[in-house]
Amino acid sequence: MIRSHILVCGGTGCTSSGSHEVIAELNKEIEAVGLDKEVKVVMTGCFGLCALGPIMIVYPEGAFYSKVKPEDVKEIVEEHLLKGRIVKRLLYQETVEGDDVKSLAETNFYAKQIRVALRNCGVINPENIDEYIGTDGYMALEKVLTTMQPQEVIDVIKASGLRGRGGAGFPTGMKWQFAANAVGDQKYVCCNADEGDPGAFMDRSVLEGDPHAVIEAMTIAAYAIGASKGFVYVRAEYPIAVSRLKIAIEQAKEYGLLGEHIMGTDFSFDLEIRLGAGAFVCGEETALMTSIEGHRGEPRPRPPFPANKGLFAKPTILNNVETYANVAQIILKGPEWFRSMGTEKSPGTKVFALGGKITNTGLVEIPMGTTLREIVEEIGGGCPNGKKFKAAQTGGPSGGCIPASLIDTPIDYESLIQIGSMMGSGGLIVMDEDNCMVDIAKFFLEFTVDESCGKCAPCRIGTRRIYEILDKITRGEGEMEDLDTLEELCNHVKANSLCGLGQTAPNPVLSTLRYFRDEYVAHIVDKRCPAGVCKKLLSYEIDPEKCIGCTLCAKNCPVGAITGELKKPHSIDKSVCIKCGVCETKCKFGAISKK
Amino acid sequence: MKTLAELQAIREQMKNKMNIREESEAGTRIVVGMATCGIAAGARPVLTTLSEEVAKRELKDVLVTQTGCIGVCRFEPIVEVYEPGKEKVTYVHMTPEKARRIINDHIVNGQVVTEYTIGAAE
Repeated sequence: MIRSHILVCGGTGCTSSGSHEVIAELNKEIEAVGLDKEVKVVMTGCFGLCALGPIMIVYPEGAFYSKVKPEDVKEIVEEHLLKGRIVKRLLYQETVEGDDVKSLAETNFYAKQIRVALRNCGVINPENIDEYIGTDGYMALEKVLTTMQPQEVIDVIKASGLRGRGGAGFPTGMKWQFAANAVGDQKYVCCNADEGDPGAFMDRSVLEGDPHAVIEAMTIAAYAIGASKGFVYVRAEYPIAVSRLKIAIEQAKEYGLLGEHIMGTDFSFDLEIRLGAGAFVCGEETALMTSIEGHRGEPRPRPPFPANKGLFAKPTILNNVETYANVAQIILKGPEWFRSMGTEKSPGTKVFALGGKITNTGLVEIPMGTTLREIVEEIGGGCPNGKKFKAAQTGGPSGGCIPASLIDTPIDYESLIQIGSMMGSGGLIVMDEDNCMVDIAKFFLEFTVDESCGKCAPCRIGTRRIYEILDKITRGEGEMEDLDTLEELCNHVKANSLCGLGQTAPNPVLSTLRYFRDEYVAHIVDKRCPAGVCKKLLSYEIDPEKCIGCTLCAKNCPVGAITGELKKPHSIDKSVCIKCGVCETKCKFGAISKK
Repeated sequence: MKTLAELQAIREQMKNKMNIREESEAGTRIVVGMATCGIAAGARPVLTTLSEEVAKRELKDVLVTQTGCIGVCRFEPIVEVYEPGKEKVTYVHMTPEKARRIINDHIVNGQVVTEYTIGAAE
C-alpha cells in the first residue's frame, strides 16, 4: 500500500541541475530503510520554479523541497519519510513561516497563477498514460467522438474565444472552421513545437510534462476538420520532449486512442513526429510545412492560406503546443468556464517563461490581463540584488520592450500591440539598470541576421544593414542621422518582407528607439554607454585616493595593463586595457570603476 | 485497444491512487506518531495496517500520514484522527488489531472507540 508520493521534477531545467541523481538516490535510500512498498517516487514535468531546481514535493504533506542535492536525500528519507519530521532546512523557504509550513499555493510565486495549460505539469508522470487518464485525460476525446458532431466541436472552440498562443493570437475556432470548410481528399493537423525565441521554453515544458494533452487535442482537432493524419514539428534540441512525446504516442496507440477506429468508432487518426534542425524561420507556418514536406525550410507567400493549401497542398491546420493544451479542458468544462478567465478579447490564461534579471526564473501561467508589475514584482520576485527594473522584453526577436513606465500594462494581445510589443510565444526577459538597450536591440538583430533564410531581399539585406548601424552606434561611431536611417529602414523591412520573421525583426529596434531614445543619443552624442555595457565606450579608472597599492589588480590583469609601485596608487594604460573588468571585481577597496 | 469501460476503470483506479497528491483540507486525516519512541513501540505495523484498510475499503478523502513525537511517549504508538469541524481524537497504545477497529467503527461508522482514547487510558 502506497501512502506517500514523492514527485520529483524531470523537466529540462531540473534535469540539468541533477534531478535524476536525486531520484536514483531516493530510490536507493527508500529501499535501504524498507519503505519501498509505502513510498513511491514519481518523475514529473516542470513545476515552474526552475531557478530552485532540483525540486521535489512530498505528498500527502505537500512539503516542497528545493535545490535538493543527492547528499540531502538520506536526511529527507530518515527524518521525513521514516519519522514524519519535515526537514525545514531544505524546504523552499517561502513556504516556511516560523514553526509552520504553509501550502505551496499560498506562496507569492504560485498564489496568482491559474494552471490550465500546465495543469498536469509537475503533477503526473508524463511517461505513464494511466496517470493522464486518472486526471480526466482522454475524457474530452470520448465526449467529442461519442456525443458531438464535428461542427459542434468547432462551435465550442469558437465560443470559448481561444486564440493562438504562438504569438499572433489568431482565433483558433476560425482557423478550424476554414479548414473544415475547405474541400480536399486529405486534410492534416499539425502542431508547431518549434519554439525558437531565445529564452522561451513554455512549449517544451508542456510537451515534457503533459504530452498526452497535445495528442488528445490534435485528435479532437482532426475529428473537427475531418483529417486523418497529423504531424508534430518539434526541434531536435529538445531531446527530453521528443522522447516523452514518442513514448506518449506509442502508449496512445496501444490503448487505441490513436490509429484506426479510435475508441471503437469509425474515426481514425495517425500522428507522427518530425524533427526540426533548429532554424528559427521554421517556426513560421509556411516554412514549417515546407520543412515537413522534406524541403529546405523557407516560407512562401500567403494566400493561399494553409487552411486551403497547406501541407502537401492539402487543407491543414497548424496550432501551437500551448493552444492545444487548452483544448481538452474547454471541451470538458465548456466555453463559459474558459471565458471566466482573462479579458473579454483575450480569454483564458497565458504561460510565460520568465528569464533574465529576475529572482524566480521559471515558468508561470497567469490569467490574461494580469499586469506586468504583478508578474515581475509579485510572482517573479523582482530583480535580484536590489537592482532597478528597467524593461521587459516580450515576444523575443519579434517583440519589443516594455519600459518601466508602462509596468502597469495588462498583458493581453491588444495592449501589447498598442505599446509596440507583442505577446509572442511567451518569453519574458527582464532587464535591469545594467542592461544597455542599444546592445539588446543589437543582440536580437544579430540573431535575426543569422536566422533569416535569405529568400527575400528586404529581410536578408535589410536586417544586416540594421545590424551594421546598431553596431556602429555601440562602437561610438554613430551620427544622429543614423537614427532616421534606422527608423526608415526598419519600417521598410517590416512592410516588405515575405514572412513573419522579417515583418517583425525590426520590432526590438523600433521599440527601444521609441522608449529609450536617450540611450541611443548618449551613445552617439556623448560617446557614452549609460549602462556600462558597450565596451568600446567604456574605460576603467583607478581612484588614487582609494588605491592602497596592494597590486592585486595588476597581478590579475590578463594583458598587463596595470602598473604601479607597491603601496602606491596604480594606474591603467587605456591603450592596452581590453575592458574585461577583472580588476574591478578583484579590487577589495572599491578603487576601480568603469566610466 | 481499450474499451470505453476499460478506460473508465483505469480512470477510477488512478484517481484513487493519485488523490494523495491533492492538498485538500476537507478530508479526514489519520496521523501516526512516528518518532523514535513511536517506532520502538510498534507504530510501523499500525501505520501499514491503517493504510491497507483505507485502500481496501476504497475510502475517499481519508489521508493516512505521519508525524514526529507527540510528547507523551509512554502512550505510544499514538494515532490522532482529525475530522473537519470535529475535535481531534487521540488513540493510544495502538496495535494493528485496534487500528482495524478504528477504521471500521470510527472512520466508516462515525463511532469514536472511547476505550482506546487517551482519556480512557489516563
